[in-house]
Amino acid sequence: MNWEAIALSLKLAMCVAAILLIAGMPIAYWVTFSRWRWKFLIEAIVALPLVLPPTVLGYYILVGLGPRNFPGKLWQSWFGHTLPFTFGGLLVASVLYSLPFAVQPFSAGFETVDRGLIEAAWTLGASRLLTFFRVILPLSAAGAITGVVLSFAHTIGEFGVVLMVGGNIPGVTRTVSIDIYDQAQAGNYDAANSTALALLLFSFLILSIIYGINRRALSLWRKS
Amino acid sequence: MNQRLVHGSVVGARHVVPLRLAAFALAWVLPLQSAGAAQAVQKPCGVVTVAAASDLIYAMNEIAANFEKSTGCALRVTTGSSGNFHSQIENGAPFDVFFSADIAYPKKLETDGLAAAGSTYLYAVGKIVLWVRADSRLDVGKGLAVLRNSSVKKIAIANPQHAPYGRAAEEALRAAGIYDAVKDRLVLGENISQAAQFAESGNADAGILALSLVRSPVLKDKGRSWPIPEKLYQPIQQGAVVLLAARNLQGAQAFLDYIKTPAVAALLERYGFALPAKEKT
Repeated sequence: MNWEAIALSLKLAMCVAAILLIAGMPIAYWVTFSRWRWKFLIEAIVALPLVLPPTVLGYYILVGLGPRNFPGKLWQSWFGHTLPFTFGGLLVASVLYSLPFAVQPFSAGFETVDRGLIEAAWTLGASRLLTFFRVILPLSAAGAITGVVLSFAHTIGEFGVVLMVGGNIPGVTRTVSIDIYDQAQAGNYDAANSTALALLLFSFLILSIIYGINRRALSLWRKS
Repeated sequence: MNQRLVHGSVVGARHVVPLRLAAFALAWVLPLQSAGAAQAVQKPCGVVTVAAASDLIYAMNEIAANFEKSTGCALRVTTGSSGNFHSQIENGAPFDVFFSADIAYPKKLETDGLAAAGSTYLYAVGKIVLWVRADSRLDVGKGLAVLRNSSVKKIAIANPQHAPYGRAAEEALRAAGIYDAVKDRLVLGENISQAAQFAESGNADAGILALSLVRSPVLKDKGRSWPIPEKLYQPIQQGAVVLLAARNLQGAQAFLDYIKTPAVAALLERYGFALPAKEKT
């Protein structure tokens, strides 16, 4: 079993979930409460990764952000290297690729909050930020948890983008899904099997735990 | 993996289309498809499905076009890493002929009873080269030692775990005594054409690539290369074999016979392959 790959995938998934928790919340808030007439365009952009194959994102990161194109040159002058073959590159790709898995549940959660309660908080003098943290977020905790879990899980399961832009560097970009693929390709079925089985059990376990918590959170919310 | 479909139709149906409309569309498409199938059967050898190592990606396109023209058969070529194909074929992949970049894979298929014993044909010997983009400042004329240069941040090779060209690249780096110095800068392509793409796109500063790819129309004018001395790595002996489970055994055999013709040998030579069969005769 390749512990290095497992640890890398866990690290990547945790970073992605944390970034999307912080960056996804404002986007979801805006998508839920904005009345801008062209809002649907932003919603469509957020949902793009649900439809696009990972190869599209992989292609743009590899070529569009490659050293031969302007965005890539700009990136290179800021950070000294291009995105492909780095952990940062995988992080950028994964955040983009998991965006709808965080924003959509967050937004669905916000929508379940009674507008009356939000407006009541505002009329009582609470700022928008305070209202968000004290009223909206607690009442939509289930959506928040679901969003974080889904983006974590989706990153663990990511394969196509990583295969295209990762370059398969041990400890840097060789994630657990790539490791299983390599072992299977090389005919090392025992190694592939042990890692695959561990991943299967781990994924089931973590999802069960979090859905369990989620259910309790939901029932608490219903009682109150 | 790249697929080249000669006879194929893509039926796309949006699930939002009302059922009646879908049924209407199907009524149109189905007769067309069966007409296409009937046409294929009339041809002398129908459709031959080929799995080819990625170093053949460009050469095989030319070979396929010539073969189709002269025989009327249709070829469906899939390219990828040889190790991957070997795994897939062992697990029942529906290919008729397998062109491996490493003759060990088809030989293994023989031992496992998936190909006729002794039927593997050594069609070519591959070579590797050091390659940089035309705009690179590296002087490849200095050989592999140039990779020690600190401006070389990433070096693309194929994955040595399952791609024969990757194994040869690693061997050559070890033989040149620079493997330890550069091993942290290696990026591994899933197959040799992905490694070429890493180098061609400029994301890797240099690559150890198949000569056959470097000589292809796509890469020919895009960079400079240095032939890696053949004493630094085991010869990349490439073998082709007809699979016993082939759905089109006759067509597959016809294609393998075609590969042995002087026209194909000349074409392979033009792509930089050495031809052991030719030297013997």
